[in-house]
Amino acid sequence: MAEIINEVKFSDAGMAEIQRYISHYPEGRQKSAILPIMHVAQAEFGGWLSPQVMDKIAEILNIQPIEVYEVATFYTMFNLKPVGKHVLEVCRTGPCCLRGADQMIDMIKQKLNIEEGETTADGMFTLKPVECLASCGTGPMLQVRETYYENLDTEEKLDQFLETLRNTEVETPYHQK
Amino acid sequence: MAKITFDGIEVEVADGTTILQAARKIGGSVVPPAMCYYTPLKGSGGKCRVCLVKVTQGSAKDPRPMPKLVASCITPVQDGMVVENTTNEDVLNARKGIVEMLLINHPLDCPICDQAGECNLQDLSYEHGVSATRYEEERRTFNKVDLGPYIQLHMTRCILCYRCVYTADQIAGNRVHGVLGRGDAAEIGTYIENIVDQEMSGNVIDVCPVGALTDKTWRFKNRVWFTKPMDAHRDCPTCSGKVTLWNRGDQVLRVTARKDEYSEVEEFICNTCRFEKKEMSDWTIEGPRHINRASVISANHYELPVVNVPIVPNLPASTKKNLPQH
Amino acid sequence: MGIKILTEHINVPGIETLEVYRKHGGYRSVEKALKTMTPDEVVEEVKTSGLRGRGGAGFPTGMKWSFLAKPEGVPRYLVCNADESEPGTFKDRVFMQKNPHALIEGMITSSYALGANTSYIYIRGELMFVLRILEKAIAEAYAAGLLGKNIMGSGYDLDLHVAPGGGAYICGEETALLESLEGKRGNPRNKPPFPAVKGLFASPTVVNNVESIASVPWIVNNGGAEYAKIGVGRSTGTKLISASGNINNPGVYEIELGVPVEEFIYSDEYCGGILKGKQLKAVVPGGSSVPILPANLILKTAAGEDRLMTYESLSDGGFVSGSMLGSGAFIVFDEDQCIVRNTWNYARFYHHESCGQCSPCREGTGWMEKVLHRIEHGHGHQQDIDLLVSVAKQIEGNTICPLGDAAAWPVASAVRHFRDEFEWHIKHPQEATLPGAVYRGQLETITA
Ligand SMILES: Cc1cc2nc3c(=O)[nH]c(=O)nc-3n(C[C@H](O)[C@H](O)[C@H](O)COP(=O)(O)O)c2cc1C
Ligand code: SF4
Ligand code: SF4
Ligand code: FES
Ligand code: FES
Repeated sequence: MAEIINEVKFSDAGMAEIQRYISHYPEGRQKSAILPIMHVAQAEFGGWLSPQVMDKIAEILNIQPIEVYEVATFYTMFNLKPVGKHVLEVCRTGPCCLRGADQMIDMIKQKLNIEEGETTADGMFTLKPVECLASCGTGPMLQVRETYYENLDTEEKLDQFLETLRNTEVETPYHQK
Repeated sequence: MAKITFDGIEVEVADGTTILQAARKIGGSVVPPAMCYYTPLKGSGGKCRVCLVKVTQGSAKDPRPMPKLVASCITPVQDGMVVENTTNEDVLNARKGIVEMLLINHPLDCPICDQAGECNLQDLSYEHGVSATRYEEERRTFNKVDLGPYIQLHMTRCILCYRCVYTADQIAGNRVHGVLGRGDAAEIGTYIENIVDQEMSGNVIDVCPVGALTDKTWRFKNRVWFTKPMDAHRDCPTCSGKVTLWNRGDQVLRVTARKDEYSEVEEFICNTCRFEKKEMSDWTIEGPRHINRASVISANHYELPVVNVPIVPNLPASTKKNLPQH
Repeated sequence: MGIKILTEHINVPGIETLEVYRKHGGYRSVEKALKTMTPDEVVEEVKTSGLRGRGGAGFPTGMKWSFLAKPEGVPRYLVCNADESEPGTFKDRVFMQKNPHALIEGMITSSYALGANTSYIYIRGELMFVLRILEKAIAEAYAAGLLGKNIMGSGYDLDLHVAPGGGAYICGEETALLESLEGKRGNPRNKPPFPAVKGLFASPTVVNNVESIASVPWIVNNGGAEYAKIGVGRSTGTKLISASGNINNPGVYEIELGVPVEEFIYSDEYCGGILKGKQLKAVVPGGSSVPILPANLILKTAAGEDRLMTYESLSDGGFVSGSMLGSGAFIVFDEDQCIVRNTWNYARFYHHESCGQCSPCREGTGWMEKVLHRIEHGHGHQQDIDLLVSVAKQIEGNTICPLGDAAAWPVASAVRHFRDEFEWHIKHPQEATLPGAVYRGQLETITA
């Protein structure tokens, strides 16, 4: 494979965060930190985990790359393909549906002209349906990175939310500390 | 030591022995089937659920029955335990249900499968299955995965027993394949293109209970029941060199490890013995191998003339039968 | 107004800071336990309290603690289950978000009782913002000498860490949680061995729900006997209920166990009645995994007695006419809701969340979802209804972990109590697939 692979390099803050998580576990149990590390990686490298990024994680944790792939493909929060700037993780589970989640999802599809799992042509939004986010009393709701947007039960609220998001810059949360 | 009663038969085994191993000590038709458990592989078992049995008495000390059926392959015996398998209607019904689950997404492509004739799933569905499927949904499909020059993967046939993963971890090392995804989308794969060629990796073929992992060097060469299995050995620097050759005339078509009546290998063999040594002159022949399983190969014993062997002898009737009309 | 054990100070401004939390009596239990009680005395108080696990199964917490193996020279762990992923459940999230120190206090006191020197809070990955709140509070506690070496001069050491998941309902199951905490796929483990013998890092481990652990400080401060006076019979103490669905006041309520269901639904103190004055159709009282009950059976038991918010009363009648308290996720359906659609939605959830290890759950959850999808979309056959019941039965009780049961029960109970609705869907595929179509009982009418 003569492909040129861009070197994967975490920011200093990201690397410090990774070391902090690894320090939470006993000697020889560093693999335990894989999930928090994947969250850091996803935040640092455009919202998804490329094979190169996963191989880098394997190297940091001193494990086989397949062990990272096995874990990454098990958990739904990890995107394995490139995604839009803002991933709309929309709750589609029963309790939210009682309060109009199906209608909200349909409206988003219509407004953004995308189907579930797709990204808008301008690369701004990806629509990703997810299961119950523990906010059932305030449904319909969705999550973008570390923020919950709740009670999106009218078209106005949804429009307003999308507009706000369009003008929001992406920040890596642990950099703010 | 612990004394237990299994289907009315008493047997004494060492403490810590599993119910399945105790039943195997009795042997014969009372032994529960096992599709995922594999004695030489640590951590195997508990997944396929075909070995479920009823414990009607937990132990001499605590005679209460266990509330649910238990997986016999991972449940240790207790002194005075009473277990029912073939004598218990609930067990047989539950097993029927589980066999149905294993088959609903199976492609039923036995006519073109290299495992046909020595497939544990064929045997299982013959002995414990139902004759018509109630499944009318679309069957699962997967993208093709290439594992390199030796091993062929047909993911649609996989029952996710994890045996090949444990083998790669415990026998071959440097594992590059594993279980990806979850639920019924879980699959065996390498994620990025990769070759499974570690020196002991060919053993994944032998441990696979179905035709999901097969030997590329033997693909379509012949049906297993036309071949003549012979025990043979050679001086091998890597493994014991004790194998079974599957021959047609003087031609070595395939080399495998020697397996017992439960399809478990006696000793794992290396890739050189398995894939490279295909000349009679490579081997010292010990004599014909008697295949001990209640399977197609032994039912149509190689010593008898082979007449008209049905290719799909054991599977439930066609999927189209007994279906409600749209 | 009942007694508030968990939520008394939850709306006090600044309660998320150590200073305000301590001003309201915070961390008293740590001082009391570490300085005046032996670990076994704490365990005894919890036993006396009758506290039952609030994560779903309702197993007595004190008894669970006393099963913990204590081999010499092997560390023990307390792991807090903050996976909060049972559909309908949001109490732990709200609780941790608003009052993080209350959980940390519970973790310290409970870890002391169990002899754990390292403890973890495993929180679902989606709640990263709550993880940050907890980590901030933990840092405050370290700085104040409430965590770390020689806590409050007692000689007891404890390190506490928060670990995020990655998006998997199954990681709420305690052995899948432990696998996940070890950085693996969330495949539940075969039992035995149980976590009390071989849990996290192969060491003896107790896994408890957020609310269970957060109840311990009050028990230590006031005594187990006081706690046991609250509630009804074996349902002692208070319980956080996550109320959702078609009600006027969705939210988290702390109730004394024993409140009548009817009062809970209709009183303004709690749900405040059905939205827009509509009729109550059904309730799922304990999270999506427990059986759904039609209005008549949720308000009264089959014997005609008032149904109460207790473990015993909600399960009265077994699976024929009862349900379960579960995680206390109370999901209310009004007359406009379609049970078939909801059952399909739940089936899709379990299909999506099955880890895929064992064959009945891996294959059966997908099968049920597909059949329900057909029925919901107008392609069902009458024999599909019995097929669903039969597939559910093939899964139930035959799997490695209870997710199999959790997938089977909602389907089996929906068919049991709403069979006519399923039949109507199959008989009238055109009407049933109109947007907003609902079956309303005897009359085969619809409202769009
Ligand atoms: C599929 C499944 C999901 C579960 N999810 C949760 C959960 O999100 N939170 C929780 O506390 N317990 C959950 N449980 C229950 C746990 O396995 C365990 O019983 C509980 O954490 C024990 O704590 P407790 O005794 O304090 O309730 C779940 C169980 C199953 C089978
Ligand atoms: S490929 Fe074969 S051995 Fe591997 S998990 Fe599938 S069925 Fe089992
Ligand atoms: S019951 Fe389902 S979730 Fe539980 S172990 Fe089996 S496949 Fe996994
Ligand atoms: S159902 Fe949407 S948050 Fe729970
Ligand atoms: S052999 Fe026991 S569960 Fe598979």
